[in-house]
Order: sequence, then C-alpha cells, then structure tokens
Amino acid sequence: MKISRKRALKNYFFYTCLILSSIVVIIPLFMVFFFLLQKGGSSLSLDFFFNNPKPVGEIGGGMKHAILGSFYMVGLGSLIAVPLGLVCGVYLSEFGKGKIASLLRFTIDLLTGVPSIVVGIFAYLIFVVSMKSFSAIAGAFALSIIILPIVTRTTEEILKLIPKHVKEAGLALGLPRWKVIVFIVVKGSRSSLMTGIILAISRAAGETAPLLFTAFGSMYLSYSPDEPMASLPVQIYNYAISPYDDWQKQAWAGAFTLIIIVLGLNLFARFYFVRKDIYRSIKKLFTRQTKD
Amino acid sequence: MKIPYSKQDQYVYTALRFFSLVVVCLLIAIIFQLFMASKLAFDEFGLSFVTDDFWNPVDDEFGALAFIFGTVVTSILALLIAGPVSVFVAIYTNEFLPKKIASVLGLFVELIAAIPSIVFGLWGLYYLAPFVKNFLAPFLKKYLGFLPFFQGSSFGIGILTAAIILAIMIIPTITSVCREVFKSIPNLRKEAALGLGATKYEMVKIAILKPSFSGIMGALVLGLGRALGETMAVAMVIGNNPVISSSLFSAGATMASVMANEYAEADSELHLSALCYVGLLLFVVTFFVNLMARTIVWNNSRKSKR
Amino acid sequence: MTRQLLIITTVVLSLNASAILKLNGAGASFPYAIYSKWISEYSKSQEKVQINYQSIGSGGGIRQLIKQTVDFAASDAPMREKDKKKAAWPVLHVPTVLGAVVVAYNGKSIGNDLNIDGQVLADIFLGKITKWNDQAIKKLNPKRNLPDQEILVVRRADSSGTTSVFASYLADVSEEWKSKVGVGKSLRWPTGIGAKGNEGVTALVKQTEYAIGYIDLAHAKKNGIYTVNLKNGAGEYIKATVESISASAESFKTSGDDFTVSVINQKTKGAYPISAFTYFLLPLKKEKDQKISEVQNFFKWSLTKGQDFAAPLYYAPLPMNVRKAVVKKLDSL
Repeated sequence: MKISRKRALKNYFFYTCLILSSIVVIIPLFMVFFFLLQKGGSSLSLDFFFNNPKPVGEIGGGMKHAILGSFYMVGLGSLIAVPLGLVCGVYLSEFGKGKIASLLRFTIDLLTGVPSIVVGIFAYLIFVVSMKSFSAIAGAFALSIIILPIVTRTTEEILKLIPKHVKEAGLALGLPRWKVIVFIVVKGSRSSLMTGIILAISRAAGETAPLLFTAFGSMYLSYSPDEPMASLPVQIYNYAISPYDDWQKQAWAGAFTLIIIVLGLNLFARFYFVRKDIYRSIKKLFTRQTKD
Repeated sequence: MKIPYSKQDQYVYTALRFFSLVVVCLLIAIIFQLFMASKLAFDEFGLSFVTDDFWNPVDDEFGALAFIFGTVVTSILALLIAGPVSVFVAIYTNEFLPKKIASVLGLFVELIAAIPSIVFGLWGLYYLAPFVKNFLAPFLKKYLGFLPFFQGSSFGIGILTAAIILAIMIIPTITSVCREVFKSIPNLRKEAALGLGATKYEMVKIAILKPSFSGIMGALVLGLGRALGETMAVAMVIGNNPVISSSLFSAGATMASVMANEYAEADSELHLSALCYVGLLLFVVTFFVNLMARTIVWNNSRKSKR
Repeated sequence: MTRQLLIITTVVLSLNASAILKLNGAGASFPYAIYSKWISEYSKSQEKVQINYQSIGSGGGIRQLIKQTVDFAASDAPMREKDKKKAAWPVLHVPTVLGAVVVAYNGKSIGNDLNIDGQVLADIFLGKITKWNDQAIKKLNPKRNLPDQEILVVRRADSSGTTSVFASYLADVSEEWKSKVGVGKSLRWPTGIGAKGNEGVTALVKQTEYAIGYIDLAHAKKNGIYTVNLKNGAGEYIKATVESISASAESFKTSGDDFTVSVINQKTKGAYPISAFTYFLLPLKKEKDQKISEVQNFFKWSLTKGQDFAAPLYYAPLPMNVRKAVVKKLDSL
C-alpha cells in the first residue's frame, strides 16, 4: 500500500518530535544529577547516613536525623492522605455526577494549585499556634494536604478509564457495587494507582516550604510527634544557602539521597505491584466467593 | 447478621460522601484562615489591590497586579512547553519503545518529581540562567526579535528562565498521568486504526489522543496546579521585580514567589496581611484557570458526541 | 514479646525525654552557622540541655516569640515598638556578633578593591550612576582604567536584614535615598534585578560581568569575589574584614539596658562603615523557670567563650567593651 507523501512526511515529523522530546526531557535530570554528584559526591559516605549534623569545620556530620525525620513525616502524611485520596478518587470516578461530586472535584482542582507555603501557613495556624509548639504532626498534616489532591486526581483519571464491561461483568454476577469497586476496579488498577501515589509522595518528600513553619527542623534525632523534627528538604535548604563548602556539599549529598530514596520507593512499588494484573484479582475474588 | 447488598452500597455511598465533604471542609478551612489573615489588607485596599501594580513594603502600599501577571504568564508558558513534550514522551514510551527501555525512561521522568525545588532553583541559577543568557536569549532575539516577547537584553534570570524551570518541574506529573491514561486504551482500537491503513501518526491521533482528551486535560490541570503554586525554584530564577513587561527576558515576580520571599521576614501587620491576600488571590486565579480548562474539556466532549 | 519491647522502649524514651531539657530558638538566617557552632560546643559541656536553633528568618523569629512557640528568638534588626507591645513580656536584645554588608562586583578590567564612598554607592543603587567610567567613580580611583560599561545592579529580592542594614547606611549618607527609597527589609528599588538570598546575589554577580551587588562577608570571602573599599566616617577607605567590622563597635556606649544601637558609619579609625549587631531576643518572664535560666546561661557562654569561634566563620566578634556590658546585664537578671 502506498502512502501519500504528505502523510509520510507528517509521520516522520511526528517521529522526530517524539524522539527529540524524550531526549530533551532526560537532559535536565542528568544535568541535575551530575551537578549534585559533582558538588556533593565527596561527602556521600557512611557517616552521612549514620551521623547527626555537625557545625561548619568539623568533619563527619551527617543527615541521619533528617532522613529519618523525612520518612516519619512523609509516612505519617501519606497515612492520612493516601486512603482519603483514594476514597475521594473512587467517589469521583464511580459516582461523579451529583452536586457533592462536582463540589469535590472543584475542591481538588483548587487544592492542587495551593502554593506549598500557604499549606504551611495553614498548618501553622491550626496546629502550632494552638499547641504553642512546633511539631512533627503539624508537618505531616501539611504534607498530607500536598499529597491528597494529587492522589485523588490521578485515581479519578485512572479509574475512569477502566472499561465499562469489566464492571458490568462484576455487577452481573450479583456482587454489590462496592465489592466490584474494591476488588475489581481498584485492585485491578493497583499498579497504575501506585504511580499516582508515588508521584504524590515524591513531591511531598521534596517540599521545604510547608515544613519550615510546622515541623520547624531540628538539630537532633527525634521520634516524638509533638516535638520539632528535622527533614531532608529543610536541612538541604539551610545548608544550600550557606557560604561554607562543607555544608554546601552536604546539601547536595542530601538532595542526591532524597532522589535515591524516591527511586528506591518507586522501584519497590513497581516490582511489588506490577505482576498482579486484573484477571488475577478477579480470579481471587471468585475463590473467595465460593468459600463463603 | 447479613446486610442486603443494596443497603451495603448505601452505606458505602454515604461514607464516600462523608469523606468528600471532609475534604471540601478542609478547603473551606484553608480559605477561611487565609481570609481572616488577609482581612486587614482587604479592608485597607479593597479590590483595588488586584488592579494596582506597585508593591512598597517600606510605606505599606501594596498592589498585586504585577504578581498576578507573572504567575499567569509563567504558568501558561510552562504549560505550553511542558504539555506537548510530556504528551510526546508519554506516547513514545508507551507505544514505540520496547517495554524495558520504556519503563526505565518512565522511571527517569518520574524521578524529576523528586528533586527538591531548592535544588532546581540553585541549578537554574548556576546552569540554566547562564545558558539562557548566552545561548537561548541571543538565539531567540536573532530569529524572533521582531516580536515584543523577545526584546531587550537578558541577564539570564527572568520570566523565560522561570517558565523553563517550571516546565521541567511539571513534566513528570503530566507525563506519568498521560502514560497511565494511554495505557488504558484497548489495543483493539489501535490495531483497528493501523489495520485500516493509518500511519503511526494517524493511529496515535485517532486511537490515542482523541479518546483520552479528557485524561490529558486532567493531567495538564494537575501540572498547571503545581506551576501556579511553585515557590522556591521560581523565586531563585525569576528576578523578583514586580513589573509588567511584554518581554520574556525581563525580570518578573509571581504570587507564590513573593510569599516565599517576604513571608518569613515580614514584620508589619499590613505587609503580612497583604501577603496572605496574595495567597487568597492565587486561589481565585487557580479557579479561573481551572474553569477555563474544564470548559475546554466540556466543549470538546460535546463536539465529539455530535 | 514485641509488646514488652515496645513498652520498654517507650519507658526508656520517656525517661530520656524527661531528663533532657529541650530549648527551641528561631530567627535570623544570617547567624545560623555561628549559632549552630555555639550550640554544638556548648552542649559538649552541658549534656542535659538540648538547644535547637532554626533559621526561619528574623521576622518569623519575632512572630514566634510573640506567639510563644519558641523559648528564644534571634533577629538581625531590633524589634519594632509595635512588636514589643505585642509580646507578653519585655524583650532583652542581646548582641551576639557583628555582621557586615559587603559591596561586591564583577569586572576583571576594574580590578579588586575599588574605592567607593557612600554618596557614589547611593547614586549607583539609585540608578543615577550607570557607567563604570562615571566621573564620580573616576575621581575616587584616579589611577584605575575604568571601562565604558553599564553597571548592572543586583539586589536582594527576598526580605532580609542584610537589605535593611544596607539601606540604613545609604539613608545615612544620602538624603535622596532617605526620601525616595527609605529603609526596610524589602524595598521598592529604583533599579536593578533581584536575586534570592545572599547566595543568589553572589551567583548573579559572579556570572554577570560588570554587575554590582551587596552580600555578607562569608559569601564574599568564600567565593573570591571582588569587593569594594568603602569610605568610613573617619575618611578612610576600608576593606571589609573581621577586624574592621569588629572595630565599628569599639566606640559603642551602653545606655542602660538598650543594646540596640546602630554602629553604621562610625568615626572610629579602621572601622568598616556598613556593620550591624545581630541579636538574640530573650523574653524577660516574671516567674523565672528553668528554661529561661538555661537560655541565659547559653547566652552568657556565647558572649564569653563562644566569641572565639566567630572569626574563623567570618563573623566579627564583639569588642571587649560590648561583651562586658552585655554579660553584666545578663548577670543582673
């Protein structure tokens, strides 16, 4: 079959765009990576992961407290926001017609655009001013506001695209709608949903502004939720703007660590969820049904 | 005890509605808090705050027009850059690359989301700004200099640089969501299009882009949200000068960046209040931008139904 | 088993928590490095006290002090009268170290250590002097070969104590600056482009030939950037060094409790003209609790032993007269 020249040209042009875009996208990442390694690589050592910070001029300082603090607060934040976001996303995609649904959709749209500093100010007013103390809880709460809209929005978009006949098949079996949603729709698209969740968590993990006035930061390791807590982005921020070489190096090393942690999280989620596909979960559902 | 299915569904539905209302209340609480915090500035300046373009903390005179302008221009510019690129990358990784390479590329793109914005800001300042100053700006000026957007001299930092940084930052969001959206399109459709003799480009157009239009818009809105609200990275590279200029080389300022720049140090009540007022206005801007996006989606879906 | 372990760890943790006194302080970012050095050195001798200082900005620190979310604050500029009234207790300003604003520029053909006086500096930042070979600059540097190039003014974009100190110097030497621009942490600048933070101004000045900007001493020293010799009140052209900055406070005289005295543009010989104290803010609560007395102990230590750590980090230590006056005041509390 012959293709007209115009169509072929368009096709080639399209190909070029695709390849060019993919290359262009990767360049900044590698440049930032290179930049971080070049500036901070020399302070990446075991000390960095197992020591608390030291002042300028003393070697062996690390960011253990900040790494753990970030895990703590991001974890706590996603514990609140991920289930809530999934629930809201499901609501929007499955029952997204009523007034409350449009109100929620509108809310989520606005929440995605809230600058992180406003989130920080809000959490500060709610938690810190009333408790008269900076706390990790306030930080986790602020992060959950960042995570929530992203999870909701991605969940909605992903679930919307599940073919109708899959759901109908479930309903035709006489299952209640919620079981169809939980065991077929949500379970079947777990790996896609994970993408959204990881995306949200990675963004929250890198935020400085919401933590500055809530979790405040700390020079010490702490596990208590009602005390100030260090976090990687705040520590990176403090060190990156300082004029001293060893602190700057630590800042870059910290940023590098943050990226690696997110990479690990991403890989873990992928390997864990990717194999179980939609048919398998349906099969599981049936076996469970017969046992009842 | 066994609850009948219809009742079960009823309960679940009620629970879902309840949680949705919780989220709505959260937003209302944020807006209310911001409103209370900005009341002082609101009483002082009223709506002229929106139309005035001077910002003078020394004499406590504030107007936000220049910031609104900066926010809208940088975000839209960022979206114009990031939107097509992200869609292209999503198509390329999903449809053309072998699965293994695709997942690696996808992973890389998602990693961009994990870079803290302060790192982006400093990288932009040390690397991107000189690049814009020495290469991009002279290039644009040479070939497109007749346009008002590319006039004047560039010092590296400015609206253009900020938009590029923003574009890089929102690419992972848009790309990942687009990829998931494209993935869910049944292979049958693509094969049907190819079977009818369509080129790959036509197949993508007919079988991928058209049916996932609303999903792409959703992804763009999500990206736009981040662009509108980004603080630290933009503050480092935009030049922070509250002026309205047609040239993209000139310095500007955005609503989020002025909050990041001045909130920590503000010591007059009115100044603080004016900054919160800016935050409140950002909600309004976000609202209108989203409304625009929704209208586009709505119009399009109506058209396609015909 | 796990449960028992959990209980044990909780008990241990809570025991630990009760034994250690935790103090939180917030405020200025400029002295963050020296304060964290002090805290680290101080805690070597005081194991039961844990001090945590976070740099959230001077304004932020003052607000936290008023809202009582911290035990002490730090600020580059003294509190305003309005803020003092809002605080639940009177607040003592304790000077800790001196900082300076250094005028940095880029221009290989100009060379280092250009002589500048206050009037010329004000005119540059007002946008009145726009070329490096302006007559006014030539007059101060007759032997130099100044290029016929535009001056690019780089200024701070974020609110900052550095800007406030710089502006108060310019207002001190130039009537026009005082009336047109004024003094504040963020200004409505007549000219120039804004960069965020000292690091932002430094980067921009370094990257852009014929740019001029103002930064703190540590950033200037660490980046090997050209700096200006500034004319002081005694008519000498002084390079910013730790010693010349310390010298600016030598003529300092206490008027009772008030340590919030400007040391800008002093007539002392060898004194750098744009210097300023940075302060700890101590709430003087009526009922003394353990926390406050520990904070006082820490402040006293920083004003005595702590001062030796300042110079290596490019902070100017307080001259002896100031140290004595402040320690006396702290002792009397």
